[in-house]
Amino acid sequence: MEKKSSLSIKSIVAIGIGAALFFVLGRFVAIPSPVPNTTINIQYGILGVFGVIYGPVVGILVGFIGHTLIDLSWGSPWWSWIIASAVFGLIIGLAKKKVDIEKGEFGTKQIIAFNLFQLVGHAVAWLVIAPALDILIYNEPTEKLLAQGLWAGASNFITTAIVGTILLAAYAKTRTKEGSLKQEK
Amino acid sequence: MRETLISFENYTFQYRSQAEPTIHDINLQIHKGERVIIVGPSGCGKSTLAHCLNGLNPFSYPGKSTGTLTICGVEAAQASIFELSRYVGTVLQDTDGQFIGMTVLEDIAFSMENDCVAQDEMKRRTKEEAAKVGLLDKLPAAPHELSGGQKQRVSMAGVLVNRVPILLFDEPLANLDPAAGREAMELIDDLQKVNGSTVVIIEHRLEDAMHRNADRIILMEEGRIVSDTTPTALFLSDRLSLAGIREPLYITALKYAGVKLTEEIHPERMEDMVLSDAAKAQVCKWFENQAGPMEKAVPEQMLSVEELSFGYTEEKENLSEISFTVSQGEMVSIVGKNGAGKSTLAKLLCGFVTQKNGSITLKGRDLSEDTIKERAGYIGYVMQNPNQMISKPMIYDEVAMSLRLKGMSEEEVEKRVFETLKICGLYPFRSWPVSALSYGQKKRVTIASILVQEPEMLILDEPTAGQDFRHYTEIMEFLKELNESGITVLMITHDMHLMLEYTERSLVFADGRMIADTTPARLFSDPELLKRASLKVTSLYELALRCGLDPEAYIEKFIQYDRQVRNE
Amino acid sequence: MSATLSYIEKNSFIHRMTGTTKLLFFLIWSIAAMMTYDTRVLVGMFVTGVILFVLSGLKWREVRFAVLFMAALIAINLIGIYLFSPEQGVRIYGTRHELVHLFWRYSIVAEQLFYMFNFMMKYLAVIPIALLFIMATNPSEFAASLNKIGVSYRVGYAVAIALRYIPDVQRDYHEISQAQQARGVDLSRKDKTFERLKNSAAILFPLVLSSLQRIEVISNAMELRGFGKQKKRTWIMEKPFVARDYAAVAFAVLALGISVGFMIHNGGRYFNPFV
Repeated sequence: MEKKSSLSIKSIVAIGIGAALFFVLGRFVAIPSPVPNTTINIQYGILGVFGVIYGPVVGILVGFIGHTLIDLSWGSPWWSWIIASAVFGLIIGLAKKKVDIEKGEFGTKQIIAFNLFQLVGHAVAWLVIAPALDILIYNEPTEKLLAQGLWAGASNFITTAIVGTILLAAYAKTRTKEGSLKQEK
Repeated sequence: MRETLISFENYTFQYRSQAEPTIHDINLQIHKGERVIIVGPSGCGKSTLAHCLNGLNPFSYPGKSTGTLTICGVEAAQASIFELSRYVGTVLQDTDGQFIGMTVLEDIAFSMENDCVAQDEMKRRTKEEAAKVGLLDKLPAAPHELSGGQKQRVSMAGVLVNRVPILLFDEPLANLDPAAGREAMELIDDLQKVNGSTVVIIEHRLEDAMHRNADRIILMEEGRIVSDTTPTALFLSDRLSLAGIREPLYITALKYAGVKLTEEIHPERMEDMVLSDAAKAQVCKWFENQAGPMEKAVPEQMLSVEELSFGYTEEKENLSEISFTVSQGEMVSIVGKNGAGKSTLAKLLCGFVTQKNGSITLKGRDLSEDTIKERAGYIGYVMQNPNQMISKPMIYDEVAMSLRLKGMSEEEVEKRVFETLKICGLYPFRSWPVSALSYGQKKRVTIASILVQEPEMLILDEPTAGQDFRHYTEIMEFLKELNESGITVLMITHDMHLMLEYTERSLVFADGRMIADTTPARLFSDPELLKRASLKVTSLYELALRCGLDPEAYIEKFIQYDRQVRNE
Repeated sequence: MSATLSYIEKNSFIHRMTGTTKLLFFLIWSIAAMMTYDTRVLVGMFVTGVILFVLSGLKWREVRFAVLFMAALIAINLIGIYLFSPEQGVRIYGTRHELVHLFWRYSIVAEQLFYMFNFMMKYLAVIPIALLFIMATNPSEFAASLNKIGVSYRVGYAVAIALRYIPDVQRDYHEISQAQQARGVDLSRKDKTFERLKNSAAILFPLVLSSLQRIEVISNAMELRGFGKQKKRTWIMEKPFVARDYAAVAFAVLALGISVGFMIHNGGRYFNPFV
């Protein structure tokens, strides 16, 4: 038997398919946001779902690989933001234990847990990691980075809150046992 | 007796998540070089049995077993999934899921890479196996450049490269069109002859799986083996129909004609059958006794497609100059090879893409200005896989979705949803989650979610793909009822039984053109046309020829009689 | 989707190099450009990058869209920097040479212009090499390359799976979204953003469920064919390292060395012409 620490095949495949989803949604799906010429990054909703289902290792790698592929398809990677995506994936992956979605329950307690984790995740990613790296690499002005980070963090937080919560609630319902169901006349 | 490669003894397997064992008391021996087909309705345990053979049970799907299972002398319970994969090579049903490599070359080499085989040897062996399955010129091709049949052959090569003694095929015909299915069975037969492998085929399309015969057929029901015998003995018994497995068409035809089936006739395959003159005379007599086809009144014209052309890119036309009409209340099949333009036609009709030239008119009204949403009020589209359509966890919400998005009041929504659920026989389940339903019921939910918008016409993509006879009948009878209530139905399909049993007309597509607009009886008596549509002749055609009858007239009468029998 | 960059088969000496070489070259080059702020080094790297790009036989029209897109992105960033911090350059270089005063706190300052020029060069130094890496590396070699530079083959294979299944996921998305549009789901309309997000879940839910099913099938298929059996694996698409590969990697290391050398010489990351 394999060591526990190495990735299971299912996690590997989940990383691959998760990154493919992240890429397709981030690259080809443009949902206009209220601010002109910007779009909503719906892929963070999916990253939230994958993090909660598969945990931190899958989360970090889906964020990292998915974001890198998006950037490469445009022309050049922006490493600071890629790493921020990975960090968000890591933090939301830590919610797996708290939410325990496979049990089929996604009530108030789980919704709050999920959204707390994703709030922290986005805050750390876009207000700490991304600006810190941009300062380190490009010495960009802090004011600009914070404004940028606030906008990215807030819009990604709202996206994840709505999309992620709806998807997880729906997913949890597919996990419920049929035992209690009765046909009605 | 030949060497026994697979041996189940009092074997029972229970998934960890299930309260009851899924397969019980299995006793089964499979010998070296045998070809065995395992049949049974959905949920009979045949996939579980296959998973026990290749080690997915219990390694991927935990559970516990009692009794013993020995494979090539190794006790499965003590072996790892990797060890079992040295003996059993599995070809899965989902040809896209199994195609892991980015190209044919990489996919065939996949298992050798995992075994750390040196590159030169990998290259040599990959070429060898690709040649055996006829894909040598496709080595650099990506999966989307291949047909379903070719992808399956890549999977076969990827398994053969390990020189496994046992080949396990999990529903190899489910995702293939009839012509590709026939080629697959021929390839399996040829490979088995060359390599002397043992072949286990899980399949419920028995007639097609028997195309190149089998040594034994194992019939499973409710987790148990209920019959383990030769094809001849099985076809002579009535066990198949009792288990809800479709008999071969020629057997049904002979039974209708009152021909007594005996061992001497060799009923296992059409080609092997020895038909006495007396039997032939019986078939001819039955034919003469049948009334000719009834002429139907031509109903009002509903949909008219004229000179329709479309291309996804500027350079290439995917659909050229398509013209046809459909009348109110018709049930029409749209057939042809993958990539012939059938799905593109459906997308054009639903307004998902816009035509380059030509027009689509519904009841005299040109649809070109309508948006996708507006068209949905006239023409509803049902995707092949219900899981790709269902977007709400609860049945009620799923059916209500389109009405709510229109901004309808909640009372009005409830009224229309309940009405639709009643029509679809889902009313008792109205407060259930979708996940608690069977595949057939899920299909109904998707149809209900479309019907609630009150379209006059439904387009269904492969409504019965991969379904066993019971689910097939359930889905098709439901569609027939809808059709009889006045809804026009178009179906994209590869299923020959569906065309014969449920449609009066077939539109045949090849290479972006419509090459025929004909009746199923005429289609199935035209081998040239069948070939272009990637279909194949049925055993009815061969039976008619053997008896010296006109195939078209014979098939026509068979269909008519068969419908009467079913309706009774 | 002509806007999406992908591998184009050609036969230059760069195309013939192994994927590992190109990956290493690209990574080392990126690190060199990220570290330094020395104008001379950055301009040198940019010119070298353009020369390599021309030698690779790639055509301008193949990258035109990408280059314009990135130019726009850099421009937006430059404007952002100026708006938020018009004197960032003064802070960095420690002197202030005002050229023209505009209004309020905005002036044209030589140090700021120089800083913004360097910021732009940091991106321009990498872009030609990034484009080369993307468009001259066969994706089939990618997993093997990652494995060769020390990434675990499991993670390498996850990348391969992502590349393999992107077209499938994209097709699924389109089909699902078309069918849902017919049921009234609309993401582009002038609906409220909140509603639009809610409705997008109607497309994403079936997409997620079918992806989870796909994960199940693929992991079974991989398991059945012995993935993860050994501590390592071989790669049929791996190319052997030859002289030109060593030379290319050595060249990248040299660039990194020059970048570091100038940093030591300058006593920091910046080349300061103002003192």
